Amino acid sequence: MMISVRNLVKRFGPKTVLHRLDFEVGAGDFVGLLGPNGAGKTTLLRILASLSRPAAGRVQIAGYRLPAQAAQVRRRLGVVSHQPLLYGDLTAEENLFFYGRMYALEEVKTRAAEVLHLVGLYSRRSDLVRTFSRGMRQRLAIGRAVLHDPEVMLFDEPHTGLDQDACAMLDTVLSEIAARGRTVVMTSHDLARVADLATRFDVISRGKIVASGTRQEIGPDNLLRFYRQAVKSAEGEV
Amino acid sequence: MSRFKAYLRALGAIVWKDLAAELRSRELLSSMLVFALLVILIFNFALELDIKARDTITAGILWVTFAFAGTLGLNRSMASEKDRGCLDGLLLAPVDRSAIYFGKAIGNLVFMFIVEIIVLPVYSVLYNVNLFQPGLLLVIFLGSLGYVAVGTLLATMAVQVRTRDILLPILLFPLALPVLIASVKASNGFLQAIPLAEIMPWLNLLIVYDIIFTAIAFMVFDYVVEE
Repeated sequence: MMISVRNLVKRFGPKTVLHRLDFEVGAGDFVGLLGPNGAGKTTLLRILASLSRPAAGRVQIAGYRLPAQAAQVRRRLGVVSHQPLLYGDLTAEENLFFYGRMYALEEVKTRAAEVLHLVGLYSRRSDLVRTFSRGMRQRLAIGRAVLHDPEVMLFDEPHTGLDQDACAMLDTVLSEIAARGRTVVMTSHDLARVADLATRFDVISRGKIVASGTRQEIGPDNLLRFYRQAVKSAEGEV
Repeated sequence: MSRFKAYLRALGAIVWKDLAAELRSRELLSSMLVFALLVILIFNFALELDIKARDTITAGILWVTFAFAGTLGLNRSMASEKDRGCLDGLLLAPVDRSAIYFGKAIGNLVFMFIVEIIVLPVYSVLYNVNLFQPGLLLVIFLGSLGYVAVGTLLATMAVQVRTRDILLPILLFPLALPVLIASVKASNGFLQAIPLAEIMPWLNLLIVYDIIFTAIAFMVFDYVVEE
């Protein structure tokens, strides 16, 4: 397994956000992590990204345990979150040079040029990021996340705030990443977009994975029903 | 690439990024500088100093100016990382997190030195005091180092809460009191040409403070940024 999570518990003060959660992702899988607001999607992704420390449980990514081997995990991880994690006062190229140095890449300039071509921003490489549209920033954020060619990629609602054209362009980049055999976990509220990209769907509700199925098992047009049933039955249990 | 080389490269990248971004926006330096110049101007007019008073309170005014301007810079430097979500970007990098601390601290120190380099001649003219003495410059260097060492760590803690603008001075000033007292005393000593033997205890205190707080920050920074 590329990602293995067992009995994960996360608390914020008195509130328990993740309740003994189990979650596994095989190498090369593209998992759509679905769930209502406050279900624990972002918290789970932040723990996987080593940005948040769990209260209990075991987390292993690419064979390395968190938080003990966090540096090894981070080297193999690319993260795209709500915010692009880019500096507006640097150019697109400078942002990639900066992150390339942070990841100790040897050929930063060559790799940055490759990535800028991948996300379709090479012609804008010398422009300040603050002049970019939301869609361009998100594409550059993906470029930043794939710069060190990570084995595992985490996307936290990457389509948020994008118009239809920008979403379509983002989907093309995501498909290319998946085609390269990278393991991907993506959270989203947009079921239609996840349905096109993911090979497996996990539904999280009230801090637990309450349903899981592959695209074949669920069927191409049944994702919405699958999701609603999973959330409804989870809420009914409480 | 060796781990140490990667560490230095990441540290250098953070310093370069802060300087390059500031060179374009001039957001942080301009606010620090305007604030510092306003403080020395207000003191100049408010106190209507005679020569005797000038000799005794010059060091105090100088360090009040540096401390307030420095706090402003420390706050904004970390707040800009947090507000743009870039702090997560730094924390995701596979380097020891102390590299982030040292990178940010060196950037903050450079900004503080730039403000000091501009403030010193203005202060010298307004107060008719020669501040360009090697001993005094050494005190300014050591004092700024200590202030930034503890300030960068506390700014990282304070930036996590909404009341960060108030919280940082509340946390920082009590902890920075030894460095401020030692800096004022040592600066006063050099300005009044007191024998070096009498100034040395204050200089030693500054050196020890710098070493201790840099070491503490190195050890605890990982826990400070942990969620």
